[in-house]
Amino acid sequence: MKKNALNFVLVGVGGQGTILASDVLAELGLKLGYDVKKAEVHGMSQRGGSVVSHLRWGPQVFAPVIAPGEADFLVAFEKLEAARFIGLLRPGGTVLVNDYCIEPVTVMAGGVPYPTDAALDGILAQAGVTSVWVKGMEIADALGNTKAANVVLLGALSALLPQVAPETWDEVLALRIPPKYLELNRKAFRAGRASVTAPEKAAR
Amino acid sequence: MKRLLSGNEAAARGAWEAGCTVGSGYPGTPSTEIMEAFALFPNVYAEWAPNEKVALDAAIGAAYAGRRAISTMKHVGLNVAADAFFYAAMTGIEAGLVIVSADDPSMHSSQNEQDNRQFAKFARIPCLDPSDSQDAHDLAVAAFALSEQFDTPVLLRMTTRVCHTSSPVELGELRQNLPEPGKYPRNLAKYCMLPANARKRHPVIEARIAELAEFAETFPCNRIEWRSKSLGIITGGVGYQYAREVFPEASVLKLGMVYPLPQRMIADFAAQVEKLIVLEELDPFIEDQVRLMGIPLYRAEGETAYPLTKHIFPIAGEFDPAIVRASARRAGLLPDGGEPVQSAPSPAAELPQRPPVLCPGCPHRSTFYVLHKLGLPVNGDIGCYTLGITPPLSALHTCGCMGASIGVAHGAAIAGDKERHVAVIGDSTFFHTGIPALINVAYNNSNVITIIMDNRITGMTGHQENPGTGKTLQQKPAREVDLEALVRACGIEKVFTVEAFDVDHIEKTLKEWLKSDEPAVLITREECALLPSARSHWLPLEVVAEKCNGCTLCFRIGCPAILKSEELDEHYQRPLAEIDPLLCTGCEICAQVCPRDAILFRKQVSSQAAN
Repeated sequence: MKKNALNFVLVGVGGQGTILASDVLAELGLKLGYDVKKAEVHGMSQRGGSVVSHLRWGPQVFAPVIAPGEADFLVAFEKLEAARFIGLLRPGGTVLVNDYCIEPVTVMAGGVPYPTDAALDGILAQAGVTSVWVKGMEIADALGNTKAANVVLLGALSALLPQVAPETWDEVLALRIPPKYLELNRKAFRAGRASVTAPEKAAR
Repeated sequence: MKRLLSGNEAAARGAWEAGCTVGSGYPGTPSTEIMEAFALFPNVYAEWAPNEKVALDAAIGAAYAGRRAISTMKHVGLNVAADAFFYAAMTGIEAGLVIVSADDPSMHSSQNEQDNRQFAKFARIPCLDPSDSQDAHDLAVAAFALSEQFDTPVLLRMTTRVCHTSSPVELGELRQNLPEPGKYPRNLAKYCMLPANARKRHPVIEARIAELAEFAETFPCNRIEWRSKSLGIITGGVGYQYAREVFPEASVLKLGMVYPLPQRMIADFAAQVEKLIVLEELDPFIEDQVRLMGIPLYRAEGETAYPLTKHIFPIAGEFDPAIVRASARRAGLLPDGGEPVQSAPSPAAELPQRPPVLCPGCPHRSTFYVLHKLGLPVNGDIGCYTLGITPPLSALHTCGCMGASIGVAHGAAIAGDKERHVAVIGDSTFFHTGIPALINVAYNNSNVITIIMDNRITGMTGHQENPGTGKTLQQKPAREVDLEALVRACGIEKVFTVEAFDVDHIEKTLKEWLKSDEPAVLITREECALLPSARSHWLPLEVVAEKCNGCTLCFRIGCPAILKSEELDEHYQRPLAEIDPLLCTGCEICAQVCPRDAILFRKQVSSQAAN
């Protein structure tokens, strides 16, 4: 069976749950029969700084990190981070942006201002990629727990991966998420998916 | 069935399968999860020691006593443990001893990027260098056998991208059952390194390395993968992955053991390929040795000269496929990709940076706020509190290595520096290497003010227990070190403990102490805001917009939970303060700093909610 390799980069701010999301993507890749590598950096970079996970699926994966311009999907848990790491995405790739802002202290300290949505859109447009915006925090908040925003984003990502059946995602979620939180996260996943497949309906 | 494991988890699993029963380490990124994972296996003893040297002595002691043992640390930890590393090389062991050094190319979380393969050569200890999780597992198993076969400690050297990358691992058979150890050895000639004995041991370890080099010729983890013979690549560690990714057609000599090297294997490989290169991160460790063998390597145009002996690939920083590809193009190993890769100008340069910062609710924040205000020179140390360096706190002026703060501050005092120096050090770092430096301050009577920031845990590496927390790595209750008593026993008479969130108390105490000229220790105590026990009483504070006039004082504590509101003060047209309820923990530092009582304290928030 010939399979195409897929490269995902997940970026966000320490504490946003990128690690759980990359764990789910790694398990999913294995379930689909791929070789998988998942690279992340722990330690200092987690203290409110930018965090990056590299996730690769392929028949045989060698390099643990994805070179600039070679990611198929960039999943940004924070919108400034989408712009920061857009260079990792290949032309024609897709960036999934959580419409959520966490102001870095450098902005607070009066340095460079936080870019406007128009400026961010401009940076993404210039890169020649497809942008998909998701109201991850809003959707999770409406479900009663903003911590589930990471799974909302996974749900949105699932809508961009038509080759993977939702049931397969569900099996992996059940594997990775403690039973206590599973139902909430299933709802978060479905809401995230719906926000991409049927945006009007989800907006209401 | 294969399991997805990080390199660290895989190394721990390999050690367990090899029948290793004793582990002692000190946390340090990227090594920490090895000991944490090992500690969870049945029938093992695993501990956090106060520092790497103590950990390695303990592992050596267990191996002398006939138990397979492992000691884990980050690369710079091996500097601390080096004394032990070298004598263990001299004595050898009774049962397998493996030292794991996790190196950090690109310094994701470190102060340097030393290449610890050099330590192996320095001490005459064999070095294994895994390239992924499967390798980390297999080489961990092999390391114990090798250790016993050659009566030597073995260095399992890993790097960040191997430690923290997860990939599928085929687990081994069940755990090896090893015989119970015999009586403790009374072998003075081997285990007492007095000069007379040591002189006899030195030739032994030199001969051992020669035997290991012979063994390396047939060691199954050194292997040749034949593909096209127009390019041959010698590689080890994570370099192997980049070799396969970027040069899929090339033949590869993959070295699982990078010291000592199999000379005949390398020579045979070299003889059969047209062009030969070495692909390795950091130092030209293999490359130098291959050149010393007199084996010609492919030379790039404009080759670098002595002492910069590394060809083709960068000596600094970790690789990625783009770096390896670009280096190979420059050296003429890959055809030019047509037009130079001219991507759109990176937007990253104009975007606001997002450096790591002290978390919302961090108990270190108040002390740095006060230190910044007092304008004193502050000698810092390694831990979360190193982040006191970031604006707007900007209250840390040196940071070198674990335990350096107190010694460096003392150095300024004995140099006659006109300013009073403050050393800041965390609880775990104080236990690690701060104590001897504090004894020096007391013994030689310098006027250093030391602040021990006791957040009741080893924070930066992700909450590891330490001698002050009352628990062991395997969650057994433990005796807590009494910090105040310890400081007094070191010879410091002026010692005082304050609640870390009490801004006024910290400021008053320091101001008072600045009037006298004797050594003093301030302990600022409050548990890390991310500990479960602290999380349980998080309570977001609120800004009373009518009282706030946008004076910016609360912005100066550098708390990520305090935002500039879009609302402006009517009179001054300055943005008002706003608190992000998702981030705020209710530490009240901002409320104490606010001159207009515009930020509610916890009690006020609670009573407001009750009404």
